[in-house]
Amino acid sequence: MATISKNKKGIHRLKLEGELTIYNAAEMKTSIFAELQKNKELEIDLGKVNEMDSAGLQLLLLAKREATNHNKSMRLINHSEAALVIFNLYHVAEHFGDPIVLRGKAN
Amino acid sequence: MNIDQALNTFLEESRELLQQMEDALMYLETAEQDEDTVNAMFRAAHTIKGSAGLFGLDSVVSFTHVVENILDQVRSGEILITPDLVAVLLPCSDHIGILINESMDNNNTPSDELIAEGEQLLAKLRTFSKPITDNTDKNNEGETLTLSTQTTVSVEMNGNDLSVATDTWHISLRFGEDVLRNGMDPASFLRYLGKLGEITHVTTLFDKMPDAESMDPESCYLGFEIDFKSEATKKEIEDVFEFVREDCWLRILAPNSRVFDYIQLICDLPEGEEKLGQILIQSGALTQRELEDGLARQTAQASGKPEPSLIGKILVDQGMVQQPVVDAAVAQQQNLRERKPQDSRLIRVQANKLDTLINLVGELVIAGASANLLAQRAGDGALLEATSTMSRLVEEIRDGALQLRMVQIGETFHRFQRVVRDVSKELGKDIDIIISGAETELDKTVVEKISDPLMHLVRNSMDHGIEAADLRVAQGKPSKGHLRLNAYHDSGSIVIEVADDGGGLNKEKIRQKALEREIITSTQNLSDKEIFNLIFEPGFSTSDQVSNLSGRGVGMDVVRRNIEALRGSVDLDSVEGKGTTVRIRLPLTLAIIDGFLVGVSNNAYVVPLDMVLECVELTPEQQQSSRATNYINLRGEVLPFIRLRDLFGVDGAAPRRESIVVMQYAGQQAGLMVDSLMGEFQTVIKPMGKLFTHLKGIAGSTILGSGDVALILDVPSLVQRAVNAETRASSLNNPALVTTGK
Repeated sequence: MATISKNKKGIHRLKLEGELTIYNAAEMKTSIFAELQKNKELEIDLGKVNEMDSAGLQLLLLAKREATNHNKSMRLINHSEAALVIFNLYHVAEHFGDPIVLRGKAN
Repeated sequence: MNIDQALNTFLEESRELLQQMEDALMYLETAEQDEDTVNAMFRAAHTIKGSAGLFGLDSVVSFTHVVENILDQVRSGEILITPDLVAVLLPCSDHIGILINESMDNNNTPSDELIAEGEQLLAKLRTFSKPITDNTDKNNEGETLTLSTQTTVSVEMNGNDLSVATDTWHISLRFGEDVLRNGMDPASFLRYLGKLGEITHVTTLFDKMPDAESMDPESCYLGFEIDFKSEATKKEIEDVFEFVREDCWLRILAPNSRVFDYIQLICDLPEGEEKLGQILIQSGALTQRELEDGLARQTAQASGKPEPSLIGKILVDQGMVQQPVVDAAVAQQQNLRERKPQDSRLIRVQANKLDTLINLVGELVIAGASANLLAQRAGDGALLEATSTMSRLVEEIRDGALQLRMVQIGETFHRFQRVVRDVSKELGKDIDIIISGAETELDKTVVEKISDPLMHLVRNSMDHGIEAADLRVAQGKPSKGHLRLNAYHDSGSIVIEVADDGGGLNKEKIRQKALEREIITSTQNLSDKEIFNLIFEPGFSTSDQVSNLSGRGVGMDVVRRNIEALRGSVDLDSVEGKGTTVRIRLPLTLAIIDGFLVGVSNNAYVVPLDMVLECVELTPEQQQSSRATNYINLRGEVLPFIRLRDLFGVDGAAPRRESIVVMQYAGQQAGLMVDSLMGEFQTVIKPMGKLFTHLKGIAGSTILGSGDVALILDVPSLVQRAVNAETRASSLNNPALVTTGK
């Protein structure tokens, strides 16, 4: 599920929730790219992503590439545990270049 | 695309690839072993195997597979290319061609003989093969993998072979698009790999991923370059990927692998315009830090020097990476850069589409001519201007369309390298082929049809022209014989020469033979050229000929017939003891020409403009004096001519003033006396009906703007006729006046 809101600075933030996997990759693609098209700057909040696989990662890679190609800025924030596992496995954190905050279990 | 079309494309492609392979082999036989050529050969074999597999041509696949393996070993430097190996590989490439054709024709079951022949070749080939030690090549069909699973992990560590510094395994992995759909996640394989050891570095690649619109979120576009530290064996690592084996491209390099293996990997990586540094990192030859240092240095130097050093050079200078690795990476980059524009530069078009286009252009030319004529009649200035612009454009379109059909003759010539090589081995002679003018262009249909007569001439030259080595030395010639193929353009035709530096022809013997066979009579006074050209007479094609002529005539009449069928001609020059040159002259195109329109009475005739030298108007005195003879004095030279009125028996009296069109063909000149000159005309050649094919003096017909039909004159035969008639007449009257072709 994806919801859109604005953060304090007025930047659009897309919050992804639940799965980011092959099972919902198609609909996630639609919502991510709809927002990416509308906004020059976009934050994608991965905080509530509780499951992520290669298909999900691919979508984020694609979004990043599209954003760069169109001179837009796209940031990933609030990486969830599930996202970090994949990021670490594929060594892609560097590629995205977004700060990753390591959180305690309580969060 | 339906399957038949695909099959045809495959056929054509494999023919090209086999040709490439053959060229490469021929090259390697003489030159030093160079990597590019070997790689090209390997890729050719690999592509053929892959495509044949798609069509289920199993016999082709299994045979090519062995050839490919040998080439792979050549590529990795395990086997050296020797003339012996080339001698086996050449028939192998032929065999692949035959196999492909047979498989197509006979429903995929080649005849037993063919299979037996293949087995023999393979047996010979295997004697060259080294036992496979480490075959990591995993290709799309997944069959090499079965080989590699039987192999050991040990990597050949040759003392003088450079090995890279890294002590990790290097795994290159590209997943197929269906992996995710099939319920498998690349992540799980990586996780499992992590259990066998430590993954020190992963580069995730997604270059395959198309842009956002066409990207299918359920397809997998991922690839990985993994550096992996582990005590596991190669088989264990391979087994990690067992479930996706069908659906991925996998390549594993052992720790401290030879530089060569990395080079191969770089060459095989499917990624596009990668930065050199990145390729190096991906292949594990460099660490990220080493690259960053190199980059930093490059920037530092750039600020001091006007030209920044290449990153590759800096890295080598610092001893961070061996030169061969950089070379391969650079080659890969260059390859990609060069290949891309080439891909888009060539389009495969079906020949009949081109023919249709040219036909249409022909009709356009005729229609344009008629519009032009109408405009002239109407006398409307603006209309005239419009039609003249149009006819200029039509002319350009015509040239462009004809150009499409033009191909370079080089490809045909290069095929003879192989023939010369084979035949000279067969005959035990040492013969070199020299090719020049390979870039000369001519019509594709002509190229196809000229190949057989050329083959005949080349074989003849080698068999009967060039002497055996000892005989040559005895005659004070270099022991190595030379055969020269040359092509060039000359007044609207293309000339192809086949020349040898052999024994030449014996004039007297040919004359004797011709007299015996009653082709000529003893009173006939023949020029050297005419005597030599006697060997093209059908009567000469018998086998019981004098020794140094033997076989020369065999089939020569067929050669001439073939060439004449293309509206061309052939003649021959020879100096005894020095060599023989056969010259084939062909029209550049078979469809549309620039013509020169002349008139006799009410009829119009077309002379190909390329063959027209000049037009001369006769003075009444000249007219008077030339009435009895068939030549005039043109600036001190004898010019034989033909009266077109007499030749075609046109009714009506000649006008007061007549003109002569001076034509040139094959170094000879002749005039054509006509009533009027009507100027240039774009001529679409329409073939004459079957009834008229043997008509001398007429090459075809065309339609004029007015709708009238005009005959196209066959200049070569007219020139010949005029020259012959004049030579004979004058040699009878006055031997001093004999003229032969200059």
